[in-house]
Amino acid sequence: MTMNWRNIGLFGLVALLIIGTGVFQSWNLALAILNMGLVSAIMALGVNMQWGYAGLFNVGIMGFIALGSLAVVVTSIPPVPEAWSAAGREMVAALLLGLAVIILAVFVYGRMAKGRKRGFTLLAILVVGFIAYRTVFDPAADKIEAINPAATGFLGGLGLPVILAWPVGGLLAAAAAWAIGKTALGLRSDYLAIATLGISEIIVAVLKNEDWLARGVKNVNGLPRPVPYEIDLQRSEGFVAWAQNWGADPVTASSIVVKLGYAGLFLVVLLILIAMSEAALRSPWGRMMRAIRDNEVAAEAMGKDVKRRHLQVFVIGSAVVGLAGAMMTTLDGQLTPASYQPLRYTFLVWVMVIVGGSGNNWGAVLGGFVIWFFWVQVEPMGQALMQFVTIGMEDGSDLKAHLLSSAAHMRLLTMGLIMLLVLRFSPRGLIPEK
Amino acid sequence: MIDVLNAIVALLNYVIIPATAYGSQLALGALGVTLIYGILRFSNFAHGDTMAFGTMATILITWVLQAMGVTFGVLPTALLALPFGIVITALMVLGTDRVVYSYYRRVKAKPIVLVMASIGVMFVLNGIVRLIIGPGDQRFTDGERFIFNARDFKEWSGLAEGMAFKTTQGITIVTAALVVAALFWFLNRTRTGKSMRAYSDNEDLALLSGINPERVVMITWIIVAALATIAGTLYGLDKSFKPFTYFQLLLPIFASAIVGGLGSPLGAIAGGFIIAFSEVFVTYAWKKVVTYLVPEPLEPSGLLQLLGTDYKFAVSFAILVIVLLFRPTGLFKGKSV
Repeated sequence: MTMNWRNIGLFGLVALLIIGTGVFQSWNLALAILNMGLVSAIMALGVNMQWGYAGLFNVGIMGFIALGSLAVVVTSIPPVPEAWSAAGREMVAALLLGLAVIILAVFVYGRMAKGRKRGFTLLAILVVGFIAYRTVFDPAADKIEAINPAATGFLGGLGLPVILAWPVGGLLAAAAAWAIGKTALGLRSDYLAIATLGISEIIVAVLKNEDWLARGVKNVNGLPRPVPYEIDLQRSEGFVAWAQNWGADPVTASSIVVKLGYAGLFLVVLLILIAMSEAALRSPWGRMMRAIRDNEVAAEAMGKDVKRRHLQVFVIGSAVVGLAGAMMTTLDGQLTPASYQPLRYTFLVWVMVIVGGSGNNWGAVLGGFVIWFFWVQVEPMGQALMQFVTIGMEDGSDLKAHLLSSAAHMRLLTMGLIMLLVLRFSPRGLIPEK
Repeated sequence: MIDVLNAIVALLNYVIIPATAYGSQLALGALGVTLIYGILRFSNFAHGDTMAFGTMATILITWVLQAMGVTFGVLPTALLALPFGIVITALMVLGTDRVVYSYYRRVKAKPIVLVMASIGVMFVLNGIVRLIIGPGDQRFTDGERFIFNARDFKEWSGLAEGMAFKTTQGITIVTAALVVAALFWFLNRTRTGKSMRAYSDNEDLALLSGINPERVVMITWIIVAALATIAGTLYGLDKSFKPFTYFQLLLPIFASAIVGGLGSPLGAIAGGFIIAFSEVFVTYAWKKVVTYLVPEPLEPSGLLQLLGTDYKFAVSFAILVIVLLFRPTGLFKGKSV
């Protein structure tokens, strides 16, 4: 796109906001906002591919992010040898068995003639398959979860470098998106929304309950990092000397350097993705996608396979979201399934895309930064607002206590209002599509 | 023979009665979704939170009534508060329509834009409900707890297995039946109801024959507010009221409406019961019932539970996917694919 002055100004404003946070609050907070802002921008980029390029409404972003997070655990955590020797083989066998049953069912469905006979055969395969799967799976899961549940109690991962988890997260999300897309695309547009809402709830339920996989609500802490640890930096004499040379406290300096390391990695990913999506949007493929979005009937009449293109862009967009989910979990250093709330992970990203400008990659990125900044800063603002509102009330009154304690819910209200207002008065967002 | 009776009683107690009550609640919720879809032609994601709002209004009025010393004898006071709750919710819903949805109707926006707007409304409602009543659990049942309880039933029947029938379950089933009967009478017998169905079937033809669309839309919203408040209050009485649970109800409710066929009221009711019974069947531990029925050596060692209760959403989702794959218009031929 041609970067006009208005857009550069908007990005400059965001930069000012973050620098202002650094100057007036702390550089640690500013860099934390910047890092999550980068991740949010990538999420918004993924959703923008689905909504902005193709008009697909995905309400299951939380699920794809969660799959990305899961990828970090299964890729980078070292394996738990006791668990593998106890029941690793049985678990793999159970999962393969489950897969085989599904493949067999699909095969039978495709091969047999339509009718009552096919229905009963399918039902029999599924029922017998499910019972067989559970007989192998249940004891294996119990055995794995019984091994030192306070520390492990799961199979662990592959012990690979954590950077590899990012593409793996994209692949997992893409696989889930393919299955959903196959089912719900080509039907009414609302159905995709409902189907994605459902799958995201289920993915998070699996993460919470399947302890053998990623410890469920017991969380996985201490995920490997692609950047050095603060404590190692503080111990390294070279670093301490370097920090003192700058006149900085080594502890603060170490955490800032670590955050800058993350920011550098994330920025590389973001720039690559933007370059690729801009190229795609300008290519004949991008023109075709927009043509389909603007008039499906006409595009179909021109011989474009609408359903196939929709599936393609849905899978690609979800993969980008999954990648961002893996990056986010790497940044957090832990997997906490209980923290996955649709509000935070699905709808916030939607607000980013709509506010930024759907259909425009730079808009989505800008929206990611702006909304994330306000998401972090609205809480203290809401608190301050409630302090102000209740200033006239006497201390200890129930109403005052109630209002102060519910300031946290102001976020929901604000995000909803922003979404409604932008949708109504400026549906093209901050940086509109050309 | 006694064992068979015991098994039947256990089945009724743990599966049939709870599933019927839950099914009634889902059916009422799905009716609201399906009416909006039929008349306004979009999937209303704010429906779960409309239910939460209505329930909250009812709870607040219940508290006022309780504070004034008004009770409803053996029945929960919430039933007295229900009409007030419906009025408040109807006003809220009509306000939202005026402020948010009417604009998109005027510019003839794509349905998906209305869906997004409904998500914005969902957020705002969610925030309002949590601001007013907080995110925690609220219990607001009073009156008699049981129509008959497990001990009385055991003494009466002499069986080993007890059966309890909660007042809230009884109220749920009776109210749902009354509401559904009234709704169908309204849709099929009154002039306004007929104009609604005409508008839903063919908008242009209805407009040509002089039906006022704004009036149809207004009446639809009022009915939907009533259905949502009743469904939400019944669910809250039967289980408990927690705003987040109501958001999560959205999935089974949508599944019910789609399974039955979006836009078909009869389908919504059937769908509600299909989803509720499947959820309870799949997540119930069948050990007890089976133990009564099979000879001793064959007794099961496991719980015979197909899926943990945490996966109950997976059940509605699985049914939803099956219907979308094989019969996207739903069992009762809904409006569109």
